[in-house]
Amino acid sequence: MSNEHAIAASPSGDAAARDVASAHTPFRYGQLILWIVVGAVVVNFAWIVANNENFGWPVVGQYFFDPTVVQGLYVSLGLTVIAMALGIALGLVLAVARMSSDPLASTLSAWFVWFFRGTPLLVQLIFWYNMSTLFPTLSIAIPFGPTLASWDTNSVITPMTAAIAGLALNEAAYMAEIIRGGLLSVDRGQAETAEAFGMTRMRALWRIIIPQAMRSIVPPTGNQLISMIKATSLVSVIAMADLLYSVQSIYNRTFEIIPMLLVAVIWYLLITSILNVGQGYIERYYSRGERRTGGAAQGAKPAAAAVAGEASH
Amino acid sequence: MTAATGTEPLVRARNVHKAFERLEVLKGIDLDVMPGEVVVILGPSGSGKSTFLRCINHLEAIDAGSIMVGGEQMGYRLKNGHLVKLSANAIALQRRKIGMVFQQFNLYPHMTVLQNIIEAPVGVHGESRASAVDNAKQLLARVGLSDKLNSYPRQLSGGQQQRVAIARALAIRPELMLFDEPTSALDPELVGEVLNTMRDLAGQGLTMIVVTHEIGFAREAADRVVFMDGGHIVEAGRPDEVLGNPQHPRTQAFLSRFL
Ligand SMILES: Nc1ncnc2c1ncn2[C@@H]1O[C@H](COP(=O)(O)OP(=O)(O)OP(=O)(O)O)[C@@H](O)[C@H]1O
Ligand SMILES: [Mg+2]
Repeated sequence: MSNEHAIAASPSGDAAARDVASAHTPFRYGQLILWIVVGAVVVNFAWIVANNENFGWPVVGQYFFDPTVVQGLYVSLGLTVIAMALGIALGLVLAVARMSSDPLASTLSAWFVWFFRGTPLLVQLIFWYNMSTLFPTLSIAIPFGPTLASWDTNSVITPMTAAIAGLALNEAAYMAEIIRGGLLSVDRGQAETAEAFGMTRMRALWRIIIPQAMRSIVPPTGNQLISMIKATSLVSVIAMADLLYSVQSIYNRTFEIIPMLLVAVIWYLLITSILNVGQGYIERYYSRGERRTGGAAQGAKPAAAAVAGEASH
Repeated sequence: MTAATGTEPLVRARNVHKAFERLEVLKGIDLDVMPGEVVVILGPSGSGKSTFLRCINHLEAIDAGSIMVGGEQMGYRLKNGHLVKLSANAIALQRRKIGMVFQQFNLYPHMTVLQNIIEAPVGVHGESRASAVDNAKQLLARVGLSDKLNSYPRQLSGGQQQRVAIARALAIRPELMLFDEPTSALDPELVGEVLNTMRDLAGQGLTMIVVTHEIGFAREAADRVVFMDGGHIVEAGRPDEVLGNPQHPRTQAFLSRFL
């Protein structure tokens, strides 16, 4: 049926127009030359760096899998994963609280974000680390009432917990704003539809709103994650032996500063590269409804036209 | 099609008032809808049709009056002789018997057609997945989209999307269906397929309240036509009466535009 239309719509004397299927793309010499020039520069630069003895490549190779370095790598990665997970979870709670109609929840959330975004992470880490000098004991108590339980601060706030608390709370403040932006980007009609279908707020958020918000949440979160990996190097000030701290501890002994920093740099680049690939997959997953030409649709096109034609007469 | 007299109305709206800030949108709406009845609401833009529809399933809280659906007061319950506001979750429970179809379809874009349809039956009504999928397939066959099971909404035409949205609303086995201008966002050649589907439903005894500008649909499928203007119901009655011989000057003026 649609073929007949196509034929009828094109006057047969239309000889100047040729089928585009037979068209070929002209060769673009300019682009080729540009590629060659850029390629030559890159390869040459790599050659120079690789042959520059000051970079100490043999030392880099020697220390790349050094136990101290690997240990530091684990600390950096572990801190990143834990702080990021806590930051995202708390950020989600803060974002939802900020958007709720409850003035107490939204005010508390706004204050939290204001404070933790507004002060340097380094200072926050030092405060957490020195918590025991500020509050020698930590207690659970009824405000102005009796104490229910209490602990020695030093036994609770180790360098590890101080680092996690500092990084996670700071991250939560940033994630709260990223998640809030994502939730706001979802069409208002979606929440309304979920509501009309009798979903609870929680379920609507979880099943309908968040999956759609993910499209705009994932890219900045990838950014945050990469910043976080590098931000973990700040914990060296509170005596946590992360990746950067470990290479520093080695070059303090061997004085091979540049090669050891290269070890750290290459590790950081490796991790971020893996994360970029992962981010790509996640983004593709959450954009699955976006593409107009899915496999299912292509296969179904002709049949669809038939059904539509049938239903509309 | 016309409901038997003597039974209780499924929807009973009494003196419904609703204002947004200072703008009074509904100024005392009274409407009873009997089980199995198809009521079409007509009226100029801004007359409060959508607002009234959204008050019925308590998407909007009303300021005064009452709305009962299936014997329950929407949004409230009686406790020791006092009317008490329901919690959000309790209101969600009340809405489970009401299906809704929106002007902009509002399908969940991240879910396939099948997932869209079984989401509420499985997640809200606790139906088993297998039975929900079975039912979804039957409903899709009914709206003529059996081959679109695994398509995403964006891969469908507007008319197809709206028919999926109708199937999705039917999947919760509603006692009442609300349609808010279901064909207004569609290209003219796609309106027919959606109206046909709705006509089928009307013929099958589903209770429907339909806001639309499709006078033809009102004439053929409605048991009763209600004309709203300025937050009031100015005229209501059988389609042939209201459409063929309108009494109120507002109705006459409105209908004259469609002749
Ligand atoms: N959430 C809201 N906040 C403020 N004003 C609103 C809101 N919703 C609707 N209104 C106003 O209430 C009035 C009635 O709106 P409503 O959507 O019910 O009209 P309608 O009869 O459905 O019109 P249409 O045919 O254009 O859809 C309009 O003036 C509109 O601007
Ligand atoms: Mg409207």
